Amino acid sequence: MTQKRAAAIVGIHEYPSRDVEGEISPLQVKAESAARALEDAGLSWSDVDAVYDAGEGGGMGGLTIAEYFGLRPNVIDTTSVGGSSYEFHAAHAKRDIAAGKCSVALLTYGSTAHSNARAIGVGGRGGASMHPAENMDAFAGMTLIANYAMVAHRHMHNYGTRSEQLAEISIATRLHAMRNPQAVKAMEDLEFLDIRETTIEDVVSSRMIADPLHLLECCMISDGGGAVVIAAPEIARDCKKSPVWILGSGEATKYPTSGGDITSSAATQSGPQAFGEAGVTPAEMDIAMIYDSFSITVLTLLEDLGFCRKGEGGSWVQGGRLRYDRPLDGPALNTDGGGLSSNHPGMRGIFLLIEAARQLRGESCSQVTDAKLAVAHGNGGMLGSRHSAGTIILGRD
Amino acid sequence: MNEPVRPLPRADEFDTREFWEGTKQHEFRYQQCNQCDEVVFYPRRHCPGCTAGELIWKVSTGKGTVYTYSVVRQSYHPFFRNRVPYAVAWIDLEEGPRILSNVVGVDDPLNDVSIGMAVQVEWEEHENLNIPLFKPLAS
Repeated sequence: MTQKRAAAIVGIHEYPSRDVEGEISPLQVKAESAARALEDAGLSWSDVDAVYDAGEGGGMGGLTIAEYFGLRPNVIDTTSVGGSSYEFHAAHAKRDIAAGKCSVALLTYGSTAHSNARAIGVGGRGGASMHPAENMDAFAGMTLIANYAMVAHRHMHNYGTRSEQLAEISIATRLHAMRNPQAVKAMEDLEFLDIRETTIEDVVSSRMIADPLHLLECCMISDGGGAVVIAAPEIARDCKKSPVWILGSGEATKYPTSGGDITSSAATQSGPQAFGEAGVTPAEMDIAMIYDSFSITVLTLLEDLGFCRKGEGGSWVQGGRLRYDRPLDGPALNTDGGGLSSNHPGMRGIFLLIEAARQLRGESCSQVTDAKLAVAHGNGGMLGSRHSAGTIILGRD
Repeated sequence: MNEPVRPLPRADEFDTREFWEGTKQHEFRYQQCNQCDEVVFYPRRHCPGCTAGELIWKVSTGKGTVYTYSVVRQSYHPFFRNRVPYAVAWIDLEEGPRILSNVVGVDDPLNDVSIGMAVQVEWEEHENLNIPLFKPLAS
């Protein structure tokens, strides 16, 4: 099939600090990241005619953000589906550019979750709610980590998956984090103990947070943000950096149903859409930027995206397959250090696009030699109950 | 200072108020469509399985199995922080509904809860409604 190259990532920026010590707001993080990403592309505010933002900054979502940036965009998209919102935004930007509605799309994210001391993972959940699903769930005291842990338990039950196998995901991302100065600084600022490469033994002997997930299988809670600029081909060709083409996209949601399989995610729906549109297969991927809120998230998503069969993820990830320096064995996983060891301010999806673009430009700290194709897969919401899936396939010239 | 309490649902939420009303009589209510037979849970006003059907309220036996679970070791929630370790579970009821709840009535949640174990509802009493928790099925 013919691969369409209708839109490309031309500018990226990851806000460097993971601990802003309450000195800068999420909106300010967004604006600074946007300016730096536009500079990265060789573009300016006046070139932007489309804004994509999850609208979590308050006010009136897209209306507020356009005014704050000082823009008058033709397209405003505030799709908000949790951490995968940015994969949805990239898919929509490609679609809107292809339809001729806009030519330079700006995606932004900013959060001060760490400074606000938001206990995202273990905070428990609120009580009374006028949303019917929450009104049924809140009494049980399910923490976010317990939600994912329930997926892990059932995965172990169905397929014999072991903690030592899940730990492979943690140690691969930590290996990559130790090569990324921003990630090392993040772990220092967030007061990680004993910052170094880890072993399987380190992971499985770390403190249990919610059975069967250990501390080193859980992402950090940082401050942070970033921006991505996506442009039409005629603009992308003239930008400062080489274009990173959006070759395919897929979107899906999943939620609890009677008799449903909790070990299978919405990626089973979004993945085939994205790979099919791009005309490529998982086996061709050099880079896999997979939302690593927890170890089990990555294992589940790798299976559902088709890197291996359902239930075989545990054995598939063993032996260091996901390291950046083993390109013949499989894709390099989360080469920036991931949410586990570099950056997780609550909704990590934008960093998946940013690091995938770095790899395809040849700019990563854990560069895969001659990387040509990448998949960025975001998971939003909660894997063990209601969640969203956004899959983006990226390729270079 | 008041003792922290379990986060309780709103009895006036539009879709789920009928369920919570039933808990006063220790009834575990769920819905089934009179056209397409779809079992619907959490409760809703419309059938997500077809556009013509009407949802009929039914009462579950309250018996089911643990589909999956986790034992929470750390929580910052004012009520739950003092109750760790406790078991959170998805329970599959015999009639089909899958509900998020706690497994209670075991000596040691770390060792006495397992996937597939048979459980039955146990009501935790509150003023305006009761909370469906699950304990091992009496053999």
